[in-house]
Amino acid sequence: MSKPSTLPPPASAIPTHAELFLAFFKITLSGFGGTLPWTRRMFVEENRWMTAQEFNDIYALCQFLPGPNIVNLTSVFGSRMRGPTGAAAAWSGFLIVPFCVMLAAAMLYERYGNVEAVRHVLSGVAPAAAGLIIATVVKMAKPMFRSFGPAPFVLLGTAVAIGLMRWPLLLVLIVMAPLSIGIAWWMRSKETA
Amino acid sequence: MKADGDILLTLAVQFAVMSLLALGGANAVVPEMHRQAVELRGWMNEREFTDMFAISQAAPGPNVMLVTLIGYHVAGFAGAVVTTLAMCGPTAVLAHFLGRTWDRFRDRPWRVAVQAGVVPISVGLVGASAIVLTGAAVHNWAAAIITVTTAAVAYWSRWNPLWLIAMAGMAGLSGLV
Repeated sequence: MSKPSTLPPPASAIPTHAELFLAFFKITLSGFGGTLPWTRRMFVEENRWMTAQEFNDIYALCQFLPGPNIVNLTSVFGSRMRGPTGAAAAWSGFLIVPFCVMLAAAMLYERYGNVEAVRHVLSGVAPAAAGLIIATVVKMAKPMFRSFGPAPFVLLGTAVAIGLMRWPLLLVLIVMAPLSIGIAWWMRSKETA
Repeated sequence: MKADGDILLTLAVQFAVMSLLALGGANAVVPEMHRQAVELRGWMNEREFTDMFAISQAAPGPNVMLVTLIGYHVAGFAGAVVTTLAMCGPTAVLAHFLGRTWDRFRDRPWRVAVQAGVVPISVGLVGASAIVLTGAAVHNWAAAIITVTTAAVAYWSRWNPLWLIAMAGMAGLSGLV
């Protein structure tokens, strides 16, 4: 288990722990408006620590895993390169800057959150932030409505149960996950039969 | 704001459990965070929650850092550390292990079924976030116009979302909302 990787990177040397830490540290410094493109650039294009295919595979896995996607991504990358300690190096390199930024933001908010100008700004930003999420959902949902299948129903059912009914997440997942996976399994076996 | 052991333990457990249920990323559990923090435990009111979400979207760094704001609000510095670690730690360990084995099952039918079954759920969860956040942030026509405009521009253009956030903030500052 402690061997660095099952899939060795293609071209250049495997990054050291310090390089992993610094790589993700730098990514967060340049990561205004999304860290993913920068991660890709650093790993695939600049340093050739992995191929584009490997990157896509890891990204797909992290989108599907529970938890914050991009944080999971750092763990998988680090782990592929240098095992568990590599994962820790990449993970901490990635979290340190955003944590400090958010800590500062939290302190400012607790102190000035009720100042009138700040209230005005936030009352404009909050609906915009909601709009950004709506756009993200529509982009993700669109391919699922193109073909007939159970996906749109699962999607809408989950959104209504949590968003409108406000049912507890755990409860909804205990019902929805086996149901949805079961239907996917059944559809697949019907196709291949 | 005082950080006693009980509240820190509650935060740690709540957010660790939530992270493991966050299929599709941090945005998938925003409604659950809202339910816990506003409805069940009364850690904050609706407005504070929406404010924190807005800040987490506007600030650099991943969206998941919303939990840092919540932790700080509930229990100060220690709270911020606890929620951040609880949300980002356990699934990173899981990712480390699955990252090594997942490729081996690439063509197994169960893996394909699991993936096909989970993806629509995760999109549905983010959809629920959109519903909860819109309900919490939109109280008048001006806010509704900002939400619809931002969604439309973000959907059809490749503008950096920060410009949209900045413009919405200016609209707010000028008293339009």
